[in-house]
Amino acid sequence: MSASSTAPRHDPAYNFAFLDEQTKRMIRRAILKAIAIPGYQVPFASREMPMPYGWGTGGVQVTAAILGPDDRLKVIDQGADDTTNAVSIREFFRRTAGVETTERTDKATIIQTRHRIPEMALRDDQVLVYQVPIPEPLRFLEPRETETRTMHALKEYGLMHVKLYEDIAMHGHIATTYAYPVKVAGRYITDPSPTPKFDNPKMNRMPALQLFGAGREKRIYAIPPYTDVVSLDFEDHPFTVQKWDQPCDLCGAEDTFLDEMLTDDQGGRLFICSDSDHCNRRQTAGHHGSMTQDAAE
Amino acid sequence: MYVAVKGGEKAIRNAHRLLAKERRGDPDIAEISVPQIDGQLSLAVDRVMTEGSLYDRSLAALAIKQSRGDLIEAIFLVRAYRTTLPRFGGSEPIETGSMTVRRRISASFKDVPGGQLLGPTFDYTHRLIDFGLAAESECPAAELAPGPAETTVPSIASILGNEGLVETETDHNPSQPPGDVTSDALDFPAGRDLRLQALARGDEGFLLALGYSTQRGYARNHAFAGEIRVGTVTVEMFVEELGFTIAIGEITVTEVQMINQFKGSTTVPPQFTRGYGLSFGHCERKAMSMALVDRALRCRELDEDNVGAPAQDEEFVLSHCDNVQATGFVEHLKLPHYVDFQSELELVRRMRREVTERAGAQEAAE
Repeated sequence: MSASSTAPRHDPAYNFAFLDEQTKRMIRRAILKAIAIPGYQVPFASREMPMPYGWGTGGVQVTAAILGPDDRLKVIDQGADDTTNAVSIREFFRRTAGVETTERTDKATIIQTRHRIPEMALRDDQVLVYQVPIPEPLRFLEPRETETRTMHALKEYGLMHVKLYEDIAMHGHIATTYAYPVKVAGRYITDPSPTPKFDNPKMNRMPALQLFGAGREKRIYAIPPYTDVVSLDFEDHPFTVQKWDQPCDLCGAEDTFLDEMLTDDQGGRLFICSDSDHCNRRQTAGHHGSMTQDAAE
Repeated sequence: MYVAVKGGEKAIRNAHRLLAKERRGDPDIAEISVPQIDGQLSLAVDRVMTEGSLYDRSLAALAIKQSRGDLIEAIFLVRAYRTTLPRFGGSEPIETGSMTVRRRISASFKDVPGGQLLGPTFDYTHRLIDFGLAAESECPAAELAPGPAETTVPSIASILGNEGLVETETDHNPSQPPGDVTSDALDFPAGRDLRLQALARGDEGFLLALGYSTQRGYARNHAFAGEIRVGTVTVEMFVEELGFTIAIGEITVTEVQMINQFKGSTTVPPQFTRGYGLSFGHCERKAMSMALVDRALRCRELDEDNVGAPAQDEEFVLSHCDNVQATGFVEHLKLPHYVDFQSELELVRRMRREVTERAGAQEAAE
């Protein structure tokens, strides 16, 4: 599909990547601390960005702090490069940093994401930046920051296990399908951001550095390369990921996260890969799903 | 054949064009100017400056124009601009006691030294729509009170303070500079400096509702409007290179000192305590609400019963009073969430299937 676009020069009205150097240094210090303590939420002096809180201001600040002129940036939202907010954030960095952008996972040096991890395995020369709305995995069990901070400090995670147990007792399943809590490097319980639990196994021992930015909540955390990331479960109720009864209707993939598209009001629907780059590349490589098969015939 | 939803870039561009067109309105009607907004919608400008944390009338007026009168959007524009500005340093604390007052009232005394000065207030207007305003009209000149208007008057709290009836506020310790909510992540429990900063930036509507709740019994604190003053104060700054303090400008502020009952404790005799409110420009409702909430949040410091009311809950109030944060997170629900929704769909379908299967198996067994 579309390869990397040519890099424009950055808007001279703004500092490279929008933030001033002082702010970038402050964010880099927070990032370094976060890498040093995997899964720990480091408070940082989040700035007001020219996009609203909730639109990825945390991820944007992390990306701005680590971006260099030679980087190639990919931005995805729901796995896709063409969703409106991904388009908007990519445009923001094209304008303020003049960096090259790409839709190809393998060509990108930094990938900023909201709600998905690319299907393709990432390398150790790549950084994955997550946009995080609520960084505190215990927040919905205990709304107070003062409490949850103590719970983390004392490694007191019983409440989370009780919650998961209650799910099983009531529904027969752990009823968390996204933002499924993980334990990082055997210490901190961490929120993987609202990615579907389908993506959790990819976080474990990932070669790429994973950085998480929560702008409104003013927190940064990190999972260094090759770090153990374990999704919480029980021996008799092991962690499992979602499965679909059918392959992607466009590329025939059977091992990807599929989005359901409603095609009419008669119950007609299609299942297609949420990772648009992955799906496009499979189609280009000659893979077909039921829809593309029909068209080809 | 299904065609993937593409063209985000083009759609966004066109949406922006449409927005600009809507903002302009009917092109046959003269465009509203920034000085007009500044001069004639001045209270909107005041609110945007206060909650935007930036004293710049024309910039706030421009933000109101750009945001089509959506004040929270205008506040957001000002905040986002503010972060890009270099910081020269901090000013000296403003001296509201030497304010040149335009309005100054106390509800606690019939008369006060310096007098009651109504100034420009809606308070005693009858809320009858003035149809005369529909046509452009000349406005009659107001007859200003002779004498103390536009002068400095002593603050009520300081007068009561002389008798020890009101708690004395401790001066801030210069070796311990106040915190800054705009450059540090807020930590709990927060000091009063950070609390007041967060409240000053806080949403007027949110603080109004919380202040109101204290009056209706959710952490009632028996407030009296000790003094409300609006006027101009000089902003001074110590300049390192000069070695002395110089005046760098004048700003209009609204200051509210609420005086509240306090039964006293084992160490302090019964006396009145204070809740404090301050805003840029003339934001009286905001400053009063802020003072009520400030006082409610002092419950722990004053060793009062924490009845668990929302206005007493520091984390609850300070985490939710910022309207730029609140509007962002509420409105972000407009962004696509279909991946998460898909995950939930899958789970609900599976659980429904299991319930049906169980019911079927039970029926077969019977």
